Amino acid sequence: MILFLQQLINGLSVGSIYAVIALGYTMVYGIIKLINFAHGEVMMMGAYFAFITVIATGMPFMAVLVVSMVLAALLGVTIETLAYKPLRKAPRISALITAIGMSLFLQNLALVIFKADPKVMPPDVIVKKPIMIGELQIGTVTIITIALSIFFMVLLDFFIKRTKPGKAMRAVAEDKEASILMGINVNRTISITFAIGSALGALGGVLYAIAYTQVYPTMGVMPGLKAFVAAVLGGIGLIPGAMLGGFVIGMVETITKAYISSQWSDAIVFGILIVVLIFKPTGILGKNEREKV
Amino acid sequence: MKTNIKRSYAFNIISIILLFIVMKVLMSANILTRYYTGIVIFICINVVLATSLNLATGYLGQLALGHAGFMAVGSYASAITAIALKTAGLPDIVMLIISLTVAGIVAGLVGIAIGIPALRLRGDYLGIITLGFGEVIRVVINNMGGLTGGAQGLTGIPRIVSFDSVFWITVLVVGILYTLTHSRQGRAIISIREDEIAAEAVGIQTTRYKVMGFAIAAFFAGIGGGLYAHYIAFLDPNTFNFMRSVEILVIVVLGGMGSLTGSIVAAIILTILPEALRDFAEYRLLIYSGLLVVMMIFRPQGIFGTHEFSMSQFIHKLRHNQIISPRKEVKEGE
Repeated sequence: MILFLQQLINGLSVGSIYAVIALGYTMVYGIIKLINFAHGEVMMMGAYFAFITVIATGMPFMAVLVVSMVLAALLGVTIETLAYKPLRKAPRISALITAIGMSLFLQNLALVIFKADPKVMPPDVIVKKPIMIGELQIGTVTIITIALSIFFMVLLDFFIKRTKPGKAMRAVAEDKEASILMGINVNRTISITFAIGSALGALGGVLYAIAYTQVYPTMGVMPGLKAFVAAVLGGIGLIPGAMLGGFVIGMVETITKAYISSQWSDAIVFGILIVVLIFKPTGILGKNEREKV
Repeated sequence: MKTNIKRSYAFNIISIILLFIVMKVLMSANILTRYYTGIVIFICINVVLATSLNLATGYLGQLALGHAGFMAVGSYASAITAIALKTAGLPDIVMLIISLTVAGIVAGLVGIAIGIPALRLRGDYLGIITLGFGEVIRVVINNMGGLTGGAQGLTGIPRIVSFDSVFWITVLVVGILYTLTHSRQGRAIISIREDEIAAEAVGIQTTRYKVMGFAIAAFFAGIGGGLYAHYIAFLDPNTFNFMRSVEILVIVVLGGMGSLTGSIVAAIILTILPEALRDFAEYRLLIYSGLLVVMMIFRPQGIFGTHEFSMSQFIHKLRHNQIISPRKEVKEGE
């Protein structure tokens, strides 16, 4: 029982990382209908930014996190302006290929700059002192991961629902042409979306790097893909969906790794994706839309 | 008109034979060393993979992100068949034909099994589900220890392909795909890409043609995978990951979706380019991916768009100094 609870908490922690990354995918998809394959690489870059800041300045963890998120937000906006903006009117598949190209580009840029060998995140970034609740042992990293993810999700929810730029974001996602007529600056709104999504990706990257202690150029690929699965599972384009999907994927992955087989966990994650897509293509929280001619 | 088509067919066949002879001469004179011959074989394998994906993505208009999965199924089926036949003492070419047929059929069946549920979805969702299936295939192969060698890889595959067999199989595959896309079935497939609802309204069984196109694409991807298995003689399940699918898709998009000759040209460029950039080893993939982004921004329809390059038309153009191709004129008149 204790072991099972332990796994549940681990699942929650992994799931919150996936959820935070999935938010970036879903926000971008919601607003410009693009699967931003470079998002996993933004996450990786975020982890590198944090690593460099820690090594160079030795700042406390929270400051490092803020620096990394701000830099990642700038990176996200730059990618959008250089690579995606010229393709706004191009066929969808061209934009998709550009996103894939951008993802490869960032991966290889990291490879050239930082080399292939994994960098070890200094262990004293977060003091790792486990907290005991009865026999249950919870690491500080786990608690901070869950707490930070939930904090930023609540913040995002507030931003989207209550602030003007947040409302503009929802309006553009709903109907781009109509929001132009309402005087919304669409380009700026899209840039803000990319900035927030990328900052959240960096948050996921930093947390992931601390949980697994390593930073390397291809670290964004698998978590990126799984976060994307999470976004689709919950209903792509829907923010609560990404959160729900992230937690589900994290749980399923942890439980299969613990009780079934660690080799099959990827197949099970993608298997769930396939089943959901066949029976409810719009995801768990998505509404089915009737197709019109 | 009929004689025109016949003439252009004859023309293309002659140019292919000429190309083959030139390559053979260069090889026997050792201008094309073993290393270069290897690159040529890789170009052929990529042509098979890209043209087959072009049928599904370019002609049928269904975005598929799991082509490496079919390639994996084909290469393992082909390799296992060939290993089983090793002691039978068959000549290489017979063994190759048997293994490749098995590879194609197994991959095609997997294509049908995946296609029936997956093709109910459209656009991005179809891309995502094929991505999921591709990953599942890879993990399954990774865990089928006894049969596939699992994560350690499959060794002892007979190396039964040569430049000659790869070249002619490639020509055959492209030829079949070309005739298919210009047949009644091919026009039905293209009509689904142009407008699925309109196609259904004029009585085309869209589901049937979609699954058929998808299965044929999987069949030829399996053959491509088989060629790969018999040339490399070692299979590692992790080479058939998502990035491999992306590489094939990039060839198709760069060449132009709906242009087989475009796929061929792009396969040649994208196989040679990383090799040519080998001197800048570190920057190789950086340049490659950068070029990809720039290409998409400035020419999103790919090198050829939906046009086909034809030898006879090219010469006709040279002779009459025409700048506009006859096909383009028709398009503009619409």
